[in-house]
Amino acid sequence: MPEGPNGRTFYQRVVNATPGGKSLAQCLQCGSCGGSCPSGPDMEHTPRQLFAMIMAGMEDEVLSSNTPWHCVSCYYCTVRCPQQIPITDLMYTLKQMAIARGKYRESGHVDFSSSFIGMVERFGRSFELGLATRYHLTHNPLKMVSKGSLGLQMMLKGRLSPLPESIRNMPQLTAILTEAKRIAAQQEV
Amino acid sequence: MTPPNGQYAYYPGCSLKASAGAYERSAMAVIERLGLHFVEVDDWNCCGATEYFSLNKLPAYSLVARNLAIAAAQPTHELVAPCSACYLNLRKTDDHMRLEPKLKEQVNRALAAGGLHYEPGTLHVRHLLDVIIDDVGYEAIAARVTRPLAGLRVAPYYGCLIVRPFGDNDPEYPTHMDQLLEVLGATVVDFPMKSHCCGGHMTQISEETAFELLRQILDNAAAYQTDVIVTVCPMCQLNLDAYQGNVNRRFGTAFNLPILYFTQMMGLAFGLQPEALGIGSEIVPAQAALNKIGQVPAEAPRHTPKRRDKDALPMPSRQRR
Repeated sequence: MPEGPNGRTFYQRVVNATPGGKSLAQCLQCGSCGGSCPSGPDMEHTPRQLFAMIMAGMEDEVLSSNTPWHCVSCYYCTVRCPQQIPITDLMYTLKQMAIARGKYRESGHVDFSSSFIGMVERFGRSFELGLATRYHLTHNPLKMVSKGSLGLQMMLKGRLSPLPESIRNMPQLTAILTEAKRIAAQQEV
Repeated sequence: MTPPNGQYAYYPGCSLKASAGAYERSAMAVIERLGLHFVEVDDWNCCGATEYFSLNKLPAYSLVARNLAIAAAQPTHELVAPCSACYLNLRKTDDHMRLEPKLKEQVNRALAAGGLHYEPGTLHVRHLLDVIIDDVGYEAIAARVTRPLAGLRVAPYYGCLIVRPFGDNDPEYPTHMDQLLEVLGATVVDFPMKSHCCGGHMTQISEETAFELLRQILDNAAAYQTDVIVTVCPMCQLNLDAYQGNVNRRFGTAFNLPILYFTQMMGLAFGLQPEALGIGSEIVPAQAALNKIGQVPAEAPRHTPKRRDKDALPMPSRQRR
């Protein structure tokens, strides 16, 4: 089996990066996960297939699969799994690994998450108008017309703030996130 | 259980201060009637939604843990979140820090850079619906009802995150909000898709995925002659409400279902005015449903300039498939 940093296999790295991930070893290949998934039809591999691929060490194929990016985080698979495998959290781990290795193909998802986090790292809170504008302008400018009319409707209903709201103690939050990123960078993913 | 000092730490989350202002307004009006005391967590920050966990795990947990550390300094250990995603992230961070000593140590090292610390298990993280039902109880709620929602057919929509993976209720077929709405006098429809997913952030990223999920939920509710879908989550409200028109255009359907928060339904049953509950800010108007329970619209302010009737403009009509 191909080995990664510190001589650990892909499977071991996935398991280690996921709280409760050790139960992946107990996967029965029963398929309850894929059968429960609301976005299953859009996935290249069902979660079950992906887990078999992880065990087979197919790192590139797993990390470039669109499957984790279609996870809507509804936890149906997790509560239905007879082996208590934290499937939703495994999908988060696979997304992080795909980004760290530059293997993802679903750039829309990554752009959206990055735009969202950009707002949070700057203001400490999300800023819906800024997020929508930035994401759609950078990713899909043609969509701005249709999104804009909904935005206007939302604003007329008092549901979209024109200005971001910032927390008072941004330096504290920045210090925490900087330290967290520094620790994260020292770890293998 | 109600905390001994009657106080709860309150984490509103970003949506309640923006697109879901109606949720906060109605929640505050209702909890005041119920005699609960919420104190907002000082200088709270965003929970990161689902986005930060996708990008970088440790900063994501640390972002959430800053809120836990600040809330833990309050003289109560009950932390309430009305948004399902905030509730999940706060509870998950507490839970995972408890389960994984290494994660706990690393998150606390990050928090220390901001002079903070959090000991997992200190707080009891709860969703607003659970607090109202478990701590106040159906009987005390019934005692406050002055205008029962008689004749209104409602579909209780729970969505994912308050019942999975941490909820104390059935993760597939919860019934506690059903009972609450019955206490308010409404006719509750048996709604098989009550805990299905609204698509979350997919409305922004993959309309194909999101609109089909929304269509299924709306179709299911409409099949039961529902007047109102009642929700507990700002994201579910936004998706079902703001994108209902897109769903109609894409699928040639004609759904016209208002999406209201459970706190708005409680407020109406308690005799509060619709405006005091933020009703009117929904994109699909709730007025027709409110008429059924004898709620007449408030008189329009006198000097508002009259808008031209849209149909009077020479616009091409949109053809439905």
